Amino acid sequence: MFREDKCEDCTNQSDIRLKKLGLDMASWDYVVALAGNPNTGKSTVFNHLTGLRQHTGNWPGKTVSRAEGGYSYGGKKYKLVDLPGTYSLLSASTDEEIARNFILFGKPDVTLIVADASRLERNLNLTLQILEITDRAVLCLNLIDEAKRHGILIDDRQLSKELGIPVVPATARYGLGMQKLLQTVREVATGEFQCKPRKIKTISPFLNRALKKLIPVIQAQFPGISNARWIALRLLEGDREVVEAVENGTLGTLEI
Amino acid sequence: MKKVKHESLLDLAQSLRWEAGENLHDHLVNAIYEDAARIANSSVSKDGKIRKFNWDRFLDRMITSRLTGYPLMILLLGVVFWITISGANVPSGFIASLLIENLHPVLKNFGTQVGLPWWLNGLLFDGIYLASAWVISVMLPPMAIFFPLFTLLEDFGYLPRVSFNLDNLFRKAGAHGKQALTMSMGFGCNAAGVVAARIIDSPRERLIAIITNNFALCNGRWPTQILIATLFIGTLVAPQFGGLAATAAVVSIVMLGIFFTFLSSWLLSRTVLRGEPSTFSLELPPFRPPRFWKTLYTSLIDRTVFVLWRAIVFAMPAGAVIWLVANIHIGSLSIASHIINLFDPFGLLIGLNGVILLAYIIAIPANEIVVPTILMLTVLSLKITGVGEGAGVMFELTNDSAYKTLFNAAGWTTLTAVNLMIFSLVHNPCSTTIYTIYKETRSMKWTIFASVAPVLMGLTLCFFIAQIWRIVAGY
Repeated sequence: MFREDKCEDCTNQSDIRLKKLGLDMASWDYVVALAGNPNTGKSTVFNHLTGLRQHTGNWPGKTVSRAEGGYSYGGKKYKLVDLPGTYSLLSASTDEEIARNFILFGKPDVTLIVADASRLERNLNLTLQILEITDRAVLCLNLIDEAKRHGILIDDRQLSKELGIPVVPATARYGLGMQKLLQTVREVATGEFQCKPRKIKTISPFLNRALKKLIPVIQAQFPGISNARWIALRLLEGDREVVEAVENGTLGTLEI
Repeated sequence: MKKVKHESLLDLAQSLRWEAGENLHDHLVNAIYEDAARIANSSVSKDGKIRKFNWDRFLDRMITSRLTGYPLMILLLGVVFWITISGANVPSGFIASLLIENLHPVLKNFGTQVGLPWWLNGLLFDGIYLASAWVISVMLPPMAIFFPLFTLLEDFGYLPRVSFNLDNLFRKAGAHGKQALTMSMGFGCNAAGVVAARIIDSPRERLIAIITNNFALCNGRWPTQILIATLFIGTLVAPQFGGLAATAAVVSIVMLGIFFTFLSSWLLSRTVLRGEPSTFSLELPPFRPPRFWKTLYTSLIDRTVFVLWRAIVFAMPAGAVIWLVANIHIGSLSIASHIINLFDPFGLLIGLNGVILLAYIIAIPANEIVVPTILMLTVLSLKITGVGEGAGVMFELTNDSAYKTLFNAAGWTTLTAVNLMIFSLVHNPCSTTIYTIYKETRSMKWTIFASVAPVLMGLTLCFFIAQIWRIVAGY
């Protein structure tokens, strides 16, 4: 029998513990994308969960390509993809494109957004854009210790209500909040937690009307597409890459 | 059929674009910003305490000020090297005496006793083993000190500030300010620096960053600089100032490298890669207290051991090659002697010598093995008895003065040392970096340019230094 004396790393079942799988990813049940602004600690979260040692450093732009690793939790295997940090998904510079394409076309089961708690407003810009694309996301409110040091307090439950996705405060450098994060990612991946992501509200009635006409057409032509509204917005803006994906019919089927 | 259907979708989008209103992009961005601000307002509060003294702001002001920024940068660099140079000496000697003085004869004896033929015994233990042992004793201590120090600075958040400071200079050179970051990465490893250039969007500026990254002294070349500076520059002054003089020499080489980065960026952006520098925004991250022990551990395990392993992997075949060219004779001389004799006139003309040039050819796969190769080739070309036993073997060189005696016997002067340091800074990138440049640029032309141009520059530079030196010294 297992003796369970530490609450921090156990829940009810004993097989639910985190097992760091490193690069061993022969098969997986869920794909989790790590996205967020530059220098918010994505690689630190990645290293903590996979047991890998991606180079981390305190400067924006450190991760320039995708890194992948795996972990198993609660009897399921997860593939974790560390994406380069980006401020936005609307402009397309080389490193931002990698992040954007993966969230858009890679169809992760869960997008784990890592945000800097001491710079929440700016981090929310990206969060809102991601929520336009995907329905299943978790916000990891990282660097909570730093925010506290600067006298910033965040009501994570209120934030969760506003965004419609789970919010987990954390200090990844010291491994704080990681257990809760694993649990939350699992809940979203399995559908136990149903996200109701906030969509951008303050848009003009003209745009709204255009969207209403365009979305059904997209859904009809690409059945099963989950982010028709986002695609519609990109098409209206004339996004080169999305237009191309529509042209050659790869939209929604693209595996990258 | 399908294609036509999708075309109708695109046409619909096209026509709706007019309906959706003008400036759609700005409209969306505004909507996102407004929403973000609203949400942040509703869930963020401040504790309202006013902090008397803001350390972060104070530090930022000091580090990025025009007045104190540069001196602080040079000072920090100096302190890091000084700690590295003065700390690496003792363990280096210890490892050398262990691996070379004690273990090598044991292995050699063992080889004889199990009945290995002389050539196999020599190839294995005088060639492959010795080269690896040299690499470990010359590289491990300085790296084990330098990497953690550098990583601590990186984790603290210093690198983007360097970028901020140097931005103005880079812009004047027609390059991208973020090149300071790729340059900083290059101080660790040029191949990593070349990959890091992906953070630069404009292809023109990215190419400049990739080509000039070679001038950031990489970890493979640190040990060469540190050893030569300790032996030749440190001994020019009174012993108690030796460490300082050596540090000053290494810092000068680094600064020279930075100067060459600017110079070649400027030349490139005025000639073949003409264009205006693009603007960008760089976020200065908050200072974060580094996690000391964790940094120590990861930089030791990940960087030091990783780099050392790579060096050993390249040193082993190089050791075999050295032993072979030293022991296969054509006529009365070994192949190595033939090549060295061939290179010597040109080598001496540019203030180096044939041994150094041959060593650089053998060491193209990895800069790390330059110094061990020079040492082994020097011994075998001199055939010094007592220091080396037979061709291509050397041991008993466990302290600095023994190295110095050896180099003096080989006819090295201060000029040779200075030019070796210069040439080590300005020569072709290692094979890994060359391959990375090709992978990143997908251009044979630029890869060849980035590989050949620095060698030509280095040779020219050495030539002129040698001529001026000789005029001034009067011989």
